[in-house]
Amino acid sequence: MSSETKQILTTDGIPLEISLKKAERKNKIKAFLLVAPLLLFLIITYIFPIGEMFTRSIDDKMITNMLPKTFKSMETWDGKELPPEEVFASFLTDFKVLVDNKEHGKLAQRLNKEKNGFNTITKKLFRQVKRNKIDETQSIKEQIMKVHKRWRNVEYWQAIKRTAPPYTSAKYLKAMDMYLNEDNKITQVSEDRRIHRILWLRTVEVAFFVTVFCFLMGYPIAHLLATLPMKYSNLLMICVLLPFWTSLLVRTASWMILLQQQGVVNDFFVMIGLVADDNRPEMMYNKVGTYVAMTQILLPFMVLPLYSVMKTISPSLMRAGKSLGGTPFVAFWKVYFPLTIPGIGAGCLLVFILAIGYYITPALVGGASGTLISNQIAYHMKTTLDWSFASAMGLMLLGGVLVIYWLYNKLVGVDNIKLG
Amino acid sequence: MSKNTEFVKFDKVDKSYDGKVLVVKDLNLNISEGEFITMLGPSGSGKTTCLMMLAGFETPTNGEIYLDSNPISNIPPHKRGIGMVFQNYALFPHMTVYENLAFPLRVRKVQKDEIDKKVDKALSMVSLSGFESRMPAQLSGGQQQRVAVARALVFDPAVVLMDEPLGALDKNLRESMQYEIKHIHENIGVTVVYVTHDQGEALTMSNRIAVFNDGKVQQLSSPDKLYEEPVNSFVAEFIGENNTFGGEVTDISKNVCKVKLQNGEILANPISVNSKGDKTTVSIRPERALINPKDKMDNNQTGKIEEVIYHGDHTRVRLDLLGNKEFILKVPNSSNELDLKLGNEIKVGWNSQDARALDPK
Repeated sequence: MSSETKQILTTDGIPLEISLKKAERKNKIKAFLLVAPLLLFLIITYIFPIGEMFTRSIDDKMITNMLPKTFKSMETWDGKELPPEEVFASFLTDFKVLVDNKEHGKLAQRLNKEKNGFNTITKKLFRQVKRNKIDETQSIKEQIMKVHKRWRNVEYWQAIKRTAPPYTSAKYLKAMDMYLNEDNKITQVSEDRRIHRILWLRTVEVAFFVTVFCFLMGYPIAHLLATLPMKYSNLLMICVLLPFWTSLLVRTASWMILLQQQGVVNDFFVMIGLVADDNRPEMMYNKVGTYVAMTQILLPFMVLPLYSVMKTISPSLMRAGKSLGGTPFVAFWKVYFPLTIPGIGAGCLLVFILAIGYYITPALVGGASGTLISNQIAYHMKTTLDWSFASAMGLMLLGGVLVIYWLYNKLVGVDNIKLG
Repeated sequence: MSKNTEFVKFDKVDKSYDGKVLVVKDLNLNISEGEFITMLGPSGSGKTTCLMMLAGFETPTNGEIYLDSNPISNIPPHKRGIGMVFQNYALFPHMTVYENLAFPLRVRKVQKDEIDKKVDKALSMVSLSGFESRMPAQLSGGQQQRVAVARALVFDPAVVLMDEPLGALDKNLRESMQYEIKHIHENIGVTVVYVTHDQGEALTMSNRIAVFNDGKVQQLSSPDKLYEEPVNSFVAEFIGENNTFGGEVTDISKNVCKVKLQNGEILANPISVNSKGDKTTVSIRPERALINPKDKMDNNQTGKIEEVIYHGDHTRVRLDLLGNKEFILKVPNSSNELDLKLGNEIKVGWNSQDARALDPK
């Protein structure tokens, strides 16, 4: 109690705490200034883009801005029967503005995404408006309904109302092969159109098995590296690192040369009589190709953390295990292996996270059955230009990685990770 | 019950790592049951290699090692039943003290309650009862060392090997651990093969010491004999302090020989010289040479004081004696009537029996 209340003073009479803070302030500022460029860099290149991706993925403001009056008047409409005259009138007002700005095409496109058939009826309405056929002194509702029979269908008005909120989860649902139906319920798309879920599962599966293969191959290599005399281990280390010094594209291309049906590996199999010349197995443009190439490319990421951990394990521990009566296997399993777990954790996490977002290799050697979710993201970025959908999938991937990281932290503990 | 004097036997053992250099040359060594034997030597002398061959981590290039009359060269380490204490303790860092000690018992499929009993006993032996649930990293160096000793003993091995176990401890702790290990050995009577390069450690602990140099055992004898009666100049140099004179034998009889030095002549005890004309190195322990000897001694010389170093309980005096400028004398602190001043000439005498004429350096 007394130590809490009694303030310790320096010889100058300033409280010790304040004096300490003063003394350390300069260093703290210096330290902050040193990391400031990196912090700025991270904010600009990482945090800001992720935020941007997020807003883009849920953003649905375009249509909200196009039809402000319509949505305002729709607020009181219960959505069960056709909307009242007032809604039709404000829709026409909004539409006219769009026609003036030549933006009615965008509206048609957006509405058509919500419900098929809007394209035609929007165009028809456009023609009527363009020719000034609509008399604003008469009932606008009647006139619009005459333009096309779908304008008389309440479902189309419901569809318009559904687009009212400025934010939407539609892209996320779409990435899970689901959508919001007319009753605002989450529904699965018909079975023949569920492509994304297959891709997600395949991505996780490929990443998982690539991690397993990398572990099975990397562990003995790392052990060898850690135990060989320096001159041999240096040579082996260069062999392990060699892939790092070669362009990813070159490596993938060389796998294409090796794995294709008329390729080196198949030629070899035919030569030793393993397969018939007219029955060469397909090792590329499917999952096999993806597995082989990704395992080879990601292997160093498994070997290096394992190696650095194994290097710190004293060889006398294995000897102690043996001298105390453990068979070589027991000594390995009870003594050596538990000590390498931090390295295994780091290596597996690294390989899995890299594999789950892998793009170039599956795109080149994966074929149709070997493409992963990242290829789908790239497809929407470059071909369909549906950036908000690509953003949504990208964020889901990021979320997945964070979940894995969290799980790993729960199970093994992140402090156990050792990269060196 | 007579003890087996060839409990561990090295029989003409050679060891080479690269096929060019022999690290251990024609080693013949018998260790009796219950003995505490120390392999002492400078680094690279082959002592650790011998230990590793006995433990099974290295195989002899030639020759055979017998344990209780059974050849063991082809038995893998885990079947030899030899306990080992490693230089850096080699405690399993991911196991508690209890698990470390239980490891050798568990792999031998000992019952759980039996394990508990034995671990308890072993821990109390090294006075670490109550430390069962600690991790090795939470222990001090000395405690870790004691755990390592307990672990090597917990499964009642016939032989325990210790590879410089105290090398990493500070001086005080090392000394107390020396006594502790010695007492444990006396209490349970296990055969201990101990490797060290610290002669003090070897002298205090062992029944017998094997001095290694250049892959060979230079001398194998009890600590006192090793110190008092070194058989060659390497042992004389390596164990304790030593004053040497290089010279040539000019006359030799049964118990005494005359050695001609560069500028002088002394009498010495012929150990490894046989005839006139042999080159020799004469070795005298500093405490055997006295200043102004009262008793009659057969070597009497005069030297000039070059340096006086105060050591508390004794004073070391460096003399220029018969051309040897490194001649050291130890003067006990009780004899303070002496006038030890730089440049003074003093009389020094020693018995020819204490001046051992060994092989030339």
